Amino acid sequence: MNMQQYNISDNNFEQCIKCTVCTVYCPVVPVNPNYPGPKQAGPDGERLRLKRGEFFDEALKYCLNCKRCEVACPSNVRIGDIIQLARIKYSKSKPSLRDMILANTDIVGTMSSTFAPIVNTTVALKPVKKVMDSVLKIDQHRTFPKYAGQTFVSWFKKEAQAKQDLFPKHISFFHGCYINYNYPQLGKDLVKVLNAIGYGVHLLEKEKCCGVALISNGLINQAKKQAKININSIRKSINEEKRPVIAASSTCTFTIRDEYPHLLEIENDDVRNSIELATRFIYRLIESGKVKLKFRDAAPVKVAYHTPCHMEKLGWGYYSIELLRHIPNVELVVLDSQCCGIGGTYGFKKENYKTSQGIGASLFRQIETVDPQFVATDCETCKWQIEMSTPYKVKHPISILAEYIDVEKTINLNK
Amino acid sequence: MKFDTVIIGGGLAGLACGIRLQNRGFKCAIVSAGQSALHFSSGSFDLLNELPDGTAVANPEKAIHLLDKKHPYAKIGDKFPVYTQEAKQLLLDAGIEVQGDSKRNSYRITPMGTTMPTWLTLTDFTTLETPNEVIGKKILLVNIAGFLDFNTKFVADAFETNGAECKIISVSLPEFEKLRQSPTEMRSANIARVLENENTLNALVAKLKEASKSFDTVALPAVFGLSSNDPVKKIKQLLDIPVHIIPTMPPSVAGIRTQKRLRRVFELAGGFYMLGDSVVNAEIGDGKIYNVYTVNHGDIALYADNFILASGSFFSNGLCASMDGVTEPVFGADVDFDPNRNTWYNASVFGAQRYRTFGVATDDQFRIKINGKVQDNVYAIGSVLSGFDALQEGCGAGVSLLTALYVADHLKK
Repeated sequence: MNMQQYNISDNNFEQCIKCTVCTVYCPVVPVNPNYPGPKQAGPDGERLRLKRGEFFDEALKYCLNCKRCEVACPSNVRIGDIIQLARIKYSKSKPSLRDMILANTDIVGTMSSTFAPIVNTTVALKPVKKVMDSVLKIDQHRTFPKYAGQTFVSWFKKEAQAKQDLFPKHISFFHGCYINYNYPQLGKDLVKVLNAIGYGVHLLEKEKCCGVALISNGLINQAKKQAKININSIRKSINEEKRPVIAASSTCTFTIRDEYPHLLEIENDDVRNSIELATRFIYRLIESGKVKLKFRDAAPVKVAYHTPCHMEKLGWGYYSIELLRHIPNVELVVLDSQCCGIGGTYGFKKENYKTSQGIGASLFRQIETVDPQFVATDCETCKWQIEMSTPYKVKHPISILAEYIDVEKTINLNK
Repeated sequence: MKFDTVIIGGGLAGLACGIRLQNRGFKCAIVSAGQSALHFSSGSFDLLNELPDGTAVANPEKAIHLLDKKHPYAKIGDKFPVYTQEAKQLLLDAGIEVQGDSKRNSYRITPMGTTMPTWLTLTDFTTLETPNEVIGKKILLVNIAGFLDFNTKFVADAFETNGAECKIISVSLPEFEKLRQSPTEMRSANIARVLENENTLNALVAKLKEASKSFDTVALPAVFGLSSNDPVKKIKQLLDIPVHIIPTMPPSVAGIRTQKRLRRVFELAGGFYMLGDSVVNAEIGDGKIYNVYTVNHGDIALYADNFILASGSFFSNGLCASMDGVTEPVFGADVDFDPNRNTWYNASVFGAQRYRTFGVATDDQFRIKINGKVQDNVYAIGSVLSGFDALQEGCGAGVSLLTALYVADHLKK
């Protein structure tokens, strides 16, 4: 009889040899002594929880879900997944009103975009911040990302959609909440760059928030519902319309590719390889010689690249870094890969503010030492955190490409 | 992706090789499946402590001609003294302060307090010319209260066996008490982080000064300096009597610092380090490997002129043992091992173990073979190699560093 079939878990937890390397690289442990650390919260605690669920420790909520423990693990144990699954399975704490507001990016985004000028002004007011701090427990040091008056989708439908069919090749764009509600310009930049290299950009039939914030705030059923809608639309795009799906956000991409099957039990094997980051998509085309980029002459700029945690887990920092190095006037400094501390909605919560800033401190110091003209990163929440915590502007690599690309020459080059 | 060299494995061997190659103008990528064994390092680098028959070695340079021709050092041959110098220099250039001499082993203190011969030791730690150096010394052995990875009783017993007189105390500071809220995380690396704060370090030094008044020496666990050795230097400078820093159980603070420094130097030289990724497939042609595929990069292959296998031994999954034999999982390279499984083990757990001499078979230039055929552009370095027992002979770090530099120097563009 093969006994091993009964003791191999999906998360490899029995491969843990208790070496503690995960804890060494956990960004939370050094700043929050209430967090038991990934080894204890993950595989060690799992042994107890498998015996009796009441061994579950609510302190697991302090996990940022950055997955740096998994990247560091020499034994391929999915420590972060073990922790998140334990929270899903055993946690008894109910999401608060605050958590629901932070997690429901779609609903809140739709409402806020409609009343953008009012919302932006109101949430920036000191008394309002104080009320949010004391009533909702959203830390008053935080500045909410501004809502755009016109969503990316409404801009796209009005200004760009009609001409997309004219291009020879096509992709579907998973824009995510941030581009849609807060920063449509990044979406416009992506359309500009992809159109220049001969790709028509299309919306998915239906797109919901990827669900990352719902997962981390314990709203699992809603996350599953949204994930199903997304995966169905993604399947239609890839299998029927033959359009690969690309996203600009490293976290949306990671969530759809890996968190869907690992945490939400939503299989994506058939389409996973056709969902990727915009920078990887463009890198692949350049490397295989199918596409060439032409840049305009511009003054030299010093740019510092920050690797977001989920980008580190994807292992795809290389593509964004190489694309930026492709731009002649960009002098690129790659910062040490470390967590900025925001963890999506984590850092907005009053109880996590100190931890969040403590985690990011060494990154902020390094940025200040490098003193670039601006910082580049593929994650929207890293951008907020760095902009809230340092004097530096943060831009997405796609926006930087869009800024320096010579559209006409690039179009001619790729004809 | 196109590189000059792709190195599989990002530990001591892979990084040393990568740094050397970057400095020679090769564009390298390192693919590393998680963090390396340097996290369990003693803080010393052994070169050769014993011959396979158990004879002690005092001067490694003089002893290498006594090794079997299958031993990696035998392949390096006359160049051995040159490479020991250059390996030491590579560490020093990376800002890793070490002392030691390849013509004369010194003694390091182990986490159990015993002494073992070694080659290079980080200057944090005390090395002894002879184990008897502690005779007649009054040693104050200090632990941080609640830190369980430092066995003070064992250390004291070992010192006393060697003729010293020991007193054990434990000290506490409010900052450590905060850490102890989560007792499982009262570990060396976390304590070291707390001690990066200058005020906390000064408070500790004040306590040590007071407690060590009537002693000759203070001995402390190695919980200082994750990013530099400044905290150790400071303690040594502020206390008026000699300080012994004793290695702890893993994780090793000095080892983590070494890993971080080497990686940083590799990256500053232009290398790309891919952490948390592993090679799953390779396109193998006629005596040559064209590219490798990894988990993270999926269908985007890593092309290179040369590939270097630095994937470690059994512990790092560089080698895999099954009931039928020993295999190398990345390329399916030929492995030297005895098919008679009964000969693999020695019943004495501390004795030499035959399975530890198993490893990837290579030609004179450390090129691997697949089905007996030498692969022109694939080299193996470090503990994945066959022909030595790193633990019994005390030569693991030496083999990693020396084969790394040797292979890096013999690659052609």
